[in-house]
Amino acid sequence: MYSRAYKWIVSLPPLLWVGIFLLLPYALMFVHSLWLVRDGMIVHEWNLQNYGKLFQNPVYLEVLFRTMRIAAGVTLLSLLLGYPLAYYMSFHAGVRKDLLYQLVIVPLWVSYLVRGYAWKTILGSEGVLNGFLQYIHVTKEPVGFFLYSPFAVVLMLTHIYTPFVFLPLYASLEHIPRNLVEASHDLGASSRATFLRVILPLSIPGLLAGATFAFVLTLGDFLAPLLVGGPSSIMIANIVQSLFGTAYDWPLGAAISVCILLLTISLLFLTERLEKRWSFR
Amino acid sequence: MTLPSSSQPKAAAIAKSGDVLLEVRKIAKSFGAREVLKHISLEIAPGEFLTLLGESGSGKTTLLRLIAGFEQPGSGEIWMSGERLDTLPAYKRRVNTVFQNYALFPHLTVEENVSYGLQVSGAAKTEIPVRVKEALQMVKMQEFAMSRPAKLSGGQQQRIALARALVNRPKLLLLDEPLSALDANLRKQMQGELKSLQRELGITFLFVTHDQDEAMALSDRIALLKDGGLEQVASPREIYAHPATSYTAEFIGQTNLLRTIVENGVAECGSLRWSTTQPLGDVLFSLRPEAIHLSPDGPAPVDAVRFRAMVRQQIFSGSSEHLELELAGQLLRARIPAHGPLSGEQEFWFSPADAVAVRE
Amino acid sequence: MVLPMSRASQNVSRSLLLGIYALLVFAFLYLPIVVLILYSFNRDGVGGFPPKELTFAWYRLLFNDAAIWDSVLNSLLVAAGAVVLSLTLGLLAALALDRATFPGKSVFRRLVLLPLILPGIITGLSLLMFAVFAGLQLSLATVFLGHGTALISVATTELFAGLQKIDRAQEEASLDLGATPWQTFWRVTLPNLKLSLIAAGLLIFTLSMDEIAVTFFLIGRDNTLPLEIWARLRRGITPEINAISTLIFAVSVILILIWYQIRTRTIGKEAQELLERP
Repeated sequence: MYSRAYKWIVSLPPLLWVGIFLLLPYALMFVHSLWLVRDGMIVHEWNLQNYGKLFQNPVYLEVLFRTMRIAAGVTLLSLLLGYPLAYYMSFHAGVRKDLLYQLVIVPLWVSYLVRGYAWKTILGSEGVLNGFLQYIHVTKEPVGFFLYSPFAVVLMLTHIYTPFVFLPLYASLEHIPRNLVEASHDLGASSRATFLRVILPLSIPGLLAGATFAFVLTLGDFLAPLLVGGPSSIMIANIVQSLFGTAYDWPLGAAISVCILLLTISLLFLTERLEKRWSFR
Repeated sequence: MTLPSSSQPKAAAIAKSGDVLLEVRKIAKSFGAREVLKHISLEIAPGEFLTLLGESGSGKTTLLRLIAGFEQPGSGEIWMSGERLDTLPAYKRRVNTVFQNYALFPHLTVEENVSYGLQVSGAAKTEIPVRVKEALQMVKMQEFAMSRPAKLSGGQQQRIALARALVNRPKLLLLDEPLSALDANLRKQMQGELKSLQRELGITFLFVTHDQDEAMALSDRIALLKDGGLEQVASPREIYAHPATSYTAEFIGQTNLLRTIVENGVAECGSLRWSTTQPLGDVLFSLRPEAIHLSPDGPAPVDAVRFRAMVRQQIFSGSSEHLELELAGQLLRARIPAHGPLSGEQEFWFSPADAVAVRE
Repeated sequence: MVLPMSRASQNVSRSLLLGIYALLVFAFLYLPIVVLILYSFNRDGVGGFPPKELTFAWYRLLFNDAAIWDSVLNSLLVAAGAVVLSLTLGLLAALALDRATFPGKSVFRRLVLLPLILPGIITGLSLLMFAVFAGLQLSLATVFLGHGTALISVATTELFAGLQKIDRAQEEASLDLGATPWQTFWRVTLPNLKLSLIAAGLLIFTLSMDEIAVTFFLIGRDNTLPLEIWARLRRGITPEINAISTLIFAVSVILILIWYQIRTRTIGKEAQELLERP
């Protein structure tokens, strides 16, 4: 039904754009990662030293592992908060489902910066939380570790990503035909058994999608540590950012970015395969 | 409202409590302002094939779901084998359901689907494969044990749904319009298989359908529902020959409804008159199309009611003719053996015994 | 043996527990926002508990802050441009994915959708390197480029879902009646996509207004709103920021609620799921 001309017209511009502004930049980044910095200048000497530097430097490694821990923590907490919420809304909320859904997506689209800033004001030593705790006489002095700590970073990012985890999960749960739940009960399974045997397995695609999203984006986040983290909460993306800033070493920064890019792509492939395996259509 | 079931001896023996498997007592159910079931009472005998027949909205599916445990009655009780059923959660009832859209678990194989009920009830590990195999053989689906439901056709899925329910040896099997999604030929075939399966196993079947042909073909008894109430509960032959109401007469099979005035033992409808035992007053009679005969075709009994009518329409259907007759402005439907084209005015007759008095 | 509690009441207590948990999650999600709004009216600014005095002083200060409003204008310009660019290319990409086959199509699809899940820093840095390579000066133009590229994926996803919903037979009928493919596109396809386009546009606009990570590396002398706020945050907290944040929140809420109303009228459950997957 669609002529070749039609197909060319619709395909060419986006292909060109993707080629120039996505593929080419990634390629450039890869090329940069193979160069060096000497005396404050970028030198076009081909080598793999930057990758070596990343994996041999104990500081970088520590930051990398910390970042992974934070990402895992955020993902886990978001799931712990998001799954029961999605389950409640899908199976127990009845007519209020729609309204509640809107209530969930509203914080999702409120500015990242705004929400991060809000946590900053809450968790600070002069902040709302400390003020509140002192007001009700639970503590006498401000608690230090609320802000400028990995705790704060995890808290803030969980707050950001819980709705992101919720969305595909809720979609998956809504997709489960209710007569399957009835059939399970009919065959003698209690609500708990039904959840474990029917609902949970069928919600895995949504779960994987949300978890991947939260994990990957946390991994590459550099704003949260700057807002609410402290020197002890530096994540891998902060290192990259400073390498492109004051610590001027673009090739090294590019190398780390390439690693993050490759990690993201591999994770995406992995979850895509897993999702296929767990999606039964 | 309970209507007396006046049919086969098996059903009539329900009077003794030992012969009742399921008892529905004055069940009422409303959804919001809509009254879906209006104080229904019904008894099901062990081993019988009872069909709940009715249009959409008649309450038949709701009643089924109440028995299965997916809804709670507004008032009334359900008892099974002398014990209260409606207070039990669905997963504790010895009742299994074959769902309209099969509701097979897409993430499990056929084998895992069928063994599901046995797994959750903690049946012995060694026993499960044996019973699953047995169930699959019953529905002739052994080779598909390792397949996934998505790969099966509608008819095949239906059999698996049946096996999954039956493997648990329920006391009562509920079937919610299980054949409605199948094409005509497959449907006829499955009807036959269901019937013989039920006879073989002796399990009590409660079948829901809106298709009266299906109900008549399969059931030991039919319970006809209308707007949440029971119109009539009787065997197919009984319900066809002696419909209790005009609704029943029109829903099951076709009929002509004759409004008569009865006076001194004579029913009068226009130019038609016949003797009847009905009391004085307005009485509605049901007369099946096949009860109207063409006079030239053969001899009529002495008390036959004769009349002349115009043949308005004639539709040939192989072994019979469907005629539309006009008599003094009233339209009558007749079915006579294949005849060859008819035209104009012809003489017809029917036997008064075939005119059944029905309530409005 | 009959159980004392029917399934109905078991379900109720389970519902109740889950409902309470859900409430707590909602409280967690909304707490920071509530605090923010509350304290933007607080005389003593941020911090301390409870807020002492309510005042509009910070809002008055905000309205007189020229730098902030300059950055708002910049953000609006970039966002408007990003909407146009992303929708155009996103529409074409969606059409291509829906109707054309060519070698490497699945790679293309993955590439287009990649910026959705890729951390903004990667997108931002790669485009920075491109800008250097192409000799571009960092400015609002490069920011515009960055937003457009990153947000094509949003447009593509949303419009692809909308395309799936269109009955193919409509386009066939149009051709059958003598319309050229070009006419069919304008008279049949596009009108059917109207609501999808509006929904996608709203979304892209909102995301562009809030974008930081990509913008961070592509910004020149003129700041966008988020970066202006960011710069001030580095200097120290003033309650003025609470005020602007509250305003941003209010506008976002309105936009998103409109977006939601539009979407639920067009896209069905299946397509909604497509969007939900990053």
